[in-house]
Amino acid sequence: MATPSETLLRTPLYDLHVKLGARIVPFAGYEMPVQYPTGILTEHNWTRSSAGLFDVSHMGQAYLTGPDDETVAKALEKLVPGDLLALAPQRIRYSQLTNPAGGIIDDLMITRTGETGRLYLVVNASRKDVDYAWLKEHLPANVKLEPIEDAALIALQGPKAAAVLARHLPKAASLAFMSATHDSFNGIPCHVARSGYTGEDGFEISVTADKVVALAEALLADPDVKPIGLGARDSLRLEAGLCLYGHDIDEETSPVEADLVWSISKRRRGEGGFTGAERITREITQGPKRKRVGIKPEGRAPAREGSVITDDKGRAIGIVTSGGFGPTVNGPVAMGYVETAFAAPGTKINLVVRDKPMPAAVSALPFTPHNYKR
Amino acid sequence: MSKHYSKEHEWISVDGDIATIGITNHAQEQLGDVVFVELPAIGKQVSKGGDAAVVESVKAASEVYAPVTGEVVEVNKELEGDPALVNREAEGAAWFMKVKLKDKAELADLMDKAAYDKFVAEQ
Repeated sequence: MATPSETLLRTPLYDLHVKLGARIVPFAGYEMPVQYPTGILTEHNWTRSSAGLFDVSHMGQAYLTGPDDETVAKALEKLVPGDLLALAPQRIRYSQLTNPAGGIIDDLMITRTGETGRLYLVVNASRKDVDYAWLKEHLPANVKLEPIEDAALIALQGPKAAAVLARHLPKAASLAFMSATHDSFNGIPCHVARSGYTGEDGFEISVTADKVVALAEALLADPDVKPIGLGARDSLRLEAGLCLYGHDIDEETSPVEADLVWSISKRRRGEGGFTGAERITREITQGPKRKRVGIKPEGRAPAREGSVITDDKGRAIGIVTSGGFGPTVNGPVAMGYVETAFAAPGTKINLVVRDKPMPAAVSALPFTPHNYKR
Repeated sequence: MSKHYSKEHEWISVDGDIATIGITNHAQEQLGDVVFVELPAIGKQVSKGGDAAVVESVKAASEVYAPVTGEVVEVNKELEGDPALVNREAEGAAWFMKVKLKDKAELADLMDKAAYDKFVAEQ
């Protein structure tokens, strides 16, 4: 995270955010829009009902390049538990960079672009330096990490995102969920992925920094599109049950504890062969000690990150890692880790808020159904 | 009736020895959409600068400090069902609590509207 003495970076869309009246805050070393004048609730609801445009240019984009597909896939498979040999051209995989102790260095999206021997990675802004150093250290000499320094990234999310995109990037609008393609907008080359971080249908569009303002302005000119800040991005992803690095997952938590086993294929569970496989495969077989769960407070008071979770006898059994108000749920929602015995949905727990135990229940995730186009 | 403002962005309107307390319009703008308000119990003794209530936006929880010392005699139950009233009418219908003043001399430490506006502008 940024410290006051550190110089904050700006994305190529910074001036547009200011022009749109955004409130700018430091986030992961960047000056980012937390909200626009209408506020987080309105932005959240707009994304769930129409289409929201997010600047996610602070995230890290990079290529892994090697002599052929199999060499590159095998090299990265040593560092992530996701199945990359089975990743078809133009398909996207969600996975995690894991450390030798089975903890999560970062979570990331991995796309087989379709060009021979190339994978495209998108990593968290707050982790890109750590990730790139780790990758450079652990990749074989014939597989190179190439950060894409001049690329911006925007996300268009919401039930109307596909209809909006069809007016600008018609080829991309017909993509299946978790797949990607190259397309062009007014002669501007774009890489478009059908993916996102809101639980809604949507797209993430990579474009060179000098062209992103034109693309963003064209999308914002559509009456169905409004700009959305980091505040609503956080409430949207929390309702969707998606992890935020540094909060819900970190170098201590394993993908099994984080309930991300769905992202590890049967072959990879059986074969192992990735960093931290010993702990991760053991936890898959024997069960983890603690598990990430959804939590619904019974009252109206939100429980924030760091709130202690207790059982009915007042014993600490876990901690809240993300918590706030869910506008679509119209009530407080949270995620956190509890001892596995308390992880079943419906289990009664307490959240200690301002020194008082507040009744809550473990809830299935997501809080709001995913609206992906499978 | 006189109205005063604190550096913690509370307003206080005094009628006799009863002070009505809320958060300023500037404060609600800074908070953004208010989604929860926790009010003190009737009869609670609050002291100047001490915790009195909690106001939560989508993003974060903030303490509301008592700008004066006294006993809480009434709270605005409206806010429990409609916390967004704080965004709509921060300095009117969305008052938080009424406090029976213990020492009216404390009011001298607070600002009037002109001084508060200047204080906000300088921040």
